[in-house]
Amino acid sequence: MRHGKYPLLLAFLLPPLALYGYFVVSPYAQSFLIAMTDWQGLSPAYEFVGFDNFKRMIGDEYVWNALLNNLWLLVLLPLLTIALGLFLATMLNVGGRGGRSTVTGVRGSGLYKVIYFAPQMLSVSIVGVLWAEVYNPRSGLLNSALRALGLDGLAKVWLGDPAYAFWAVLAVMVWANVGFYVVLFGAAMQSVPRDIYEAAALDGASRLTTLVRITVPLLWDTIQVAWVYLAILALDGFALIHVMTRGGPNFSTDVVGLRLYTEAFGDYKWGYASAIGVVMFFVTLSVTVLSLRLTRRERIELS
Amino acid sequence: MSEQTMDAAVVERGPQKAPIDRPAKPVGGEPGRGRKVFDGTLNVFSHAFLVVWGLLTALPLLWVVLSSFKDDAEILGDPWGLPSALRFDNFARAWTHGNIGQYFVNTGIVLAGSLTLTMLLGATAAYALARYKFLGSRLVYFVFVGGMMFPVVLAFVPLFKIVGGVGLRDTLPGLMLIYTAYSLPFTVFFLTAFFRTLPDAVAEAAYIDGCGPFRTFFRVMLPMAKPGLISVGIFNFLGHWNQYLLPVVLITSDEKQVLAQGLANLAISEGYRGDYSRLFAGLTLAMLPVLVVYAVFQRQVQSGLTAGQMK
Repeated sequence: MRHGKYPLLLAFLLPPLALYGYFVVSPYAQSFLIAMTDWQGLSPAYEFVGFDNFKRMIGDEYVWNALLNNLWLLVLLPLLTIALGLFLATMLNVGGRGGRSTVTGVRGSGLYKVIYFAPQMLSVSIVGVLWAEVYNPRSGLLNSALRALGLDGLAKVWLGDPAYAFWAVLAVMVWANVGFYVVLFGAAMQSVPRDIYEAAALDGASRLTTLVRITVPLLWDTIQVAWVYLAILALDGFALIHVMTRGGPNFSTDVVGLRLYTEAFGDYKWGYASAIGVVMFFVTLSVTVLSLRLTRRERIELS
Repeated sequence: MSEQTMDAAVVERGPQKAPIDRPAKPVGGEPGRGRKVFDGTLNVFSHAFLVVWGLLTALPLLWVVLSSFKDDAEILGDPWGLPSALRFDNFARAWTHGNIGQYFVNTGIVLAGSLTLTMLLGATAAYALARYKFLGSRLVYFVFVGGMMFPVVLAFVPLFKIVGGVGLRDTLPGLMLIYTAYSLPFTVFFLTAFFRTLPDAVAEAAYIDGCGPFRTFFRVMLPMAKPGLISVGIFNFLGHWNQYLLPVVLITSDEKQVLAQGLANLAISEGYRGDYSRLFAGLTLAMLPVLVVYAVFQRQVQSGLTAGQMK
């Protein structure tokens, strides 16, 4: 079987490696070098400036502001999405307490799942444009609903007011992601032996107790994966915010990725932009490693 | 595990069928009286919450579809009302004047190329890495998989320069190659794991029967990997269809834009011009194809995407 493996290895590995090396590995590597220069993009000349870009960043309040927004997202997005996802998945999979010993989903759980998952199909840009219209202060779905209910005072300029824009964007992120985790957690719940839930029901455990004491520990692996994935998403956020607010108003929704983009393609500070990217890489890396470490628990083996 | 699920299945199929259909009123006699009342209200509340979240998800989508038939006066004046007539000309205007048609064609061209390339290069690389040990094979594997750890924005500046350097900036073939390159880490990761699960014996048997290594791959191993290929294919299809970051950096001229990018720009320009009906029609056009495909294949799509996540 090992006979003549080298022609195959060359034919199978060289094209993907060449493409990947040229368009992925090389830019990532170069960005670390460009981060050490004062390159302005438009002119080919640049000087090596060592860590000057990083020193400047420490005093750059725009970068700090963007980073702070990312950190808020990092805390809130996983928390809200996972809590909501677990709750909905519980209802759909083991929420129905039909009869003596049956533990099933509520009625119509299949339909709910299909609906909840639908936003996952839409591109970030569609979600962004759609919600920008929902939030439209004059003709949007949200404000006109509030006015129809007589709550005119609650109708705001959602994306135009620094006090609300961040929360409005966060809500969209949760909206777009919850369905995925409902399905993910649901699949994990299906592999939990039914008798555990039945035993809990027989012992008179309420739904909340069942969720906290049984579902969460048994699904910990899945929750951990969800947490890391959502954390990475929270540290990015570029696409949705680029579509919805471009970081405004007054930088209230600015994130690090968007800062990099603005510095690179707005002001052509390529050296500085790359330095922001390098910082972003290390932040993402340490958050991933940290959240894997912190959420490590003893694994519960089923069966 | 399998025994337990079987037991559960028996129980489910077992004595009573009716209770499943009326879960809103719990009959469960075991818990205490007070808890029963409490659980009852909780049940109503939780079920109401399911409905509320369902509405929150579905209403904005329905609203966009309905609004796409309205004229501007209706959109601005009566956001919750139904359209007074089915104005299909909104779609025609979005398709031609809003350039949605052009964006669709561009996206289709890019996707046809990028998906084919991603699956071909990803499957071959993964197969070579999963089946053969050679000097540096682990290193190559980690170089591929390590790409998943980097935020794509980090590559923006050098990528802009590199793609421009080979004359591929602002071209559709350029996008195909870049999409493929950035999809390889996950595709290789997923498919390597998948090829490793396939039994060695089959490849050995093919070899004994006189199959060369290439034939073994294309005729024997690739067909066996079909479930994995479908999962990662769906994943990549949606990823490429929805891609926004890369075209924003690499495509500048209007007639080369892909759907996700063109739509976002359309939203900005329509905001100035006030042609809302065209914007909603464009949104609907961009939204419906994936939603229809999803409605038909929702089971496969859901399991494909979640399986991709859990690997």
